[in-house]
Amino acid sequence: MPHYEPWSDERARAVIEEFSHLEGPLMPMLHAVQETFGYVPEAVVPMLAEMLNISRAEVHGVVTFYHDFRHEPAGRHVLKLCRAEACQAAGGDALADHAEHRLGCKLGETTADGRVTVEPIYCLGLCATAPSAMLDGKIVARLNERRLDALIAEAQS
Amino acid sequence: MSVRIYVPKDACSIACGADEVAAAIEAAALSRRQPIEIVRNGSRGMLWLEPMIEVVTPEGRIAYGPVAEEDVEGLFAAGFLTGGDHALRIGKPEEHPFLAKQTRLTFARCGIIDPASYTDYRAHGGYRGLERALQLGPAEIIEEVKKSGLRGRGGAGFPTAIKWKTVADAKADRKYIVCNADEGDSGTFADRMIMEGDPFELIEGMTIAGIAVGATKGFVYTRSEYPHAIWAMEKAIEVARAHGMLGVNIAGSQYSFDMEVRMGAGAYVCGEETALLDSLEGKRGVVRAKPPLPAHKGLFQKPTVINNVLSLTAVPHILADGGEFYANFGMGRSRGTMPIQIAGNVKFGGLFETAFGITLGELINDIGGGTASGKPVKAAQVGGPLGAYVPTWQFDLPFDYEAFAAKDALIGHGGIVVFDETADLAKMARFAMEFCSVESCGKCTPCRIGSTRGVELMDRIIAGQRVEANLATLTDLCQTMKLGSLCALGGFTPYPVLSALNHFPEDFGAPPRHLEAAE
Repeated sequence: MPHYEPWSDERARAVIEEFSHLEGPLMPMLHAVQETFGYVPEAVVPMLAEMLNISRAEVHGVVTFYHDFRHEPAGRHVLKLCRAEACQAAGGDALADHAEHRLGCKLGETTADGRVTVEPIYCLGLCATAPSAMLDGKIVARLNERRLDALIAEAQS
Repeated sequence: MSVRIYVPKDACSIACGADEVAAAIEAAALSRRQPIEIVRNGSRGMLWLEPMIEVVTPEGRIAYGPVAEEDVEGLFAAGFLTGGDHALRIGKPEEHPFLAKQTRLTFARCGIIDPASYTDYRAHGGYRGLERALQLGPAEIIEEVKKSGLRGRGGAGFPTAIKWKTVADAKADRKYIVCNADEGDSGTFADRMIMEGDPFELIEGMTIAGIAVGATKGFVYTRSEYPHAIWAMEKAIEVARAHGMLGVNIAGSQYSFDMEVRMGAGAYVCGEETALLDSLEGKRGVVRAKPPLPAHKGLFQKPTVINNVLSLTAVPHILADGGEFYANFGMGRSRGTMPIQIAGNVKFGGLFETAFGITLGELINDIGGGTASGKPVKAAQVGGPLGAYVPTWQFDLPFDYEAFAAKDALIGHGGIVVFDETADLAKMARFAMEFCSVESCGKCTPCRIGSTRGVELMDRIIAGQRVEANLATLTDLCQTMKLGSLCALGGFTPYPVLSALNHFPEDFGAPPRHLEAAE
């Protein structure tokens, strides 16, 4: 399970500054912020704007454009199910239904107890051993109901 | 004596349990006091056999697969360290028909070498291309690429040499090489496999491109969904730098070139080259209008070569063996080899590199062995989410840019996703529209609004509401998107939609097509 740090102004600044020497540093900075805090807190937007000498609106635009950047923390575990064509061809639809049923929430939502966020992902590049999933960064291929249940149990523990 | 065992660390193998298998082998060897050396190689591309482990014996490498953690004890008992017989024994991988039938240039080393080893790379012909490039100089490098007939492997098929020449001729204080490794198409994984299995090849290709056009900095833009590829690339870059093959005065020459890996953030549209450039600059991944071409004003408004991984990894071979050698493979205007990816509901899925000209039927039925489910094949989507659904009666189509285009289909990045008869093509058409609406960058109206209207239309069609009228509107909408969109996302989404409708109208509640009459 990933461990994230609580928000700190000072820490955020330090994380961001590490990338200030790069050409086009905003994306690496946002990734680093999310890796540190688990999401991209609103408070980081003016900080980045000031450091990069761009408007808050521009930073906000970037943060909201990309699917990866979270605006609030996810559940304790994140289960991503591949919903792209190759996984659909290999029975991914039924598995997605099964996961929603077992977790009692829809793709894109977090369980009521805050333990599991389940999300669609569009292609993990494991298309010859579909369907596939990712649990907290661990990739799993040749998914079937039994394996999915094991992943869900791991996420709920 | 220590026995060398190869256990892939390709993401696909890891997802099938390769890490656990490696740990189990280590533990079993330890308990037997048997000295072993485990090398984590890339994948050979026979992905249905992953994790496929190989043991080095006096007769050569002997493969076993697919190996599960619980098979390891049995393998030791069967004497697999000396190539002993076992139910999972495959024999020499290179003699397996799936590999024996291929023409591997780009993937020649993938799965054979240790991807993090500079020495291994050199020992298997690596950097021969760069050495020759350094002797030739910029103009002759481009001439060699021109002779090879290499066309952009990302999907558009634009001649690589023309792109390079344009950048070489541009005057600027700074130029860039950008590698498009934003492999977002479902059914494609060749970029990922080569970055994980032979990352030096990409480094070498980008370095040669840099020398050819006068660029000193390169970026590999890849996906956040590919953590293993990122790790492998970064490791190889570090090693190349340590050996003087990146940085100032590469291999003691007058040329300097360095590179870094950048990670996207889950936006499919960033695979479009101008959106990718904006994303690299730290902006929203919004498509740029062309002109200006990236070759004139690309990254940070500087002249930029932007090529796909498979284009750049073809370059070292072209330089090492000559453009003519490469052009000897292929058909028509599609020269060289194409790493084709067979995926989806298929029995023997994997990476199959071969000369252009092979038919879709050979790839899916003969090499892929038909569906994994055992049910008849219904269709195959070729070229990712923007590629057409090709029905079985068009499986005689040869893999060739022009032949596909003539049938309103595209090769794209060479991914084939096989569907069996249970697939509902109306649902897949709806998915194509939905995917476009979610991933649209929002710059142009046909893509942004059209895809949303497309989803609504498909919902009505699937619900059986005024099917004929709605299908007419859908067809009209597709024409608008095709002709009016700024990039391939909106412009090509009609391909899967219209191909599904034209070939399988019965799935849409329309009368079935008359097989021969419509051909």
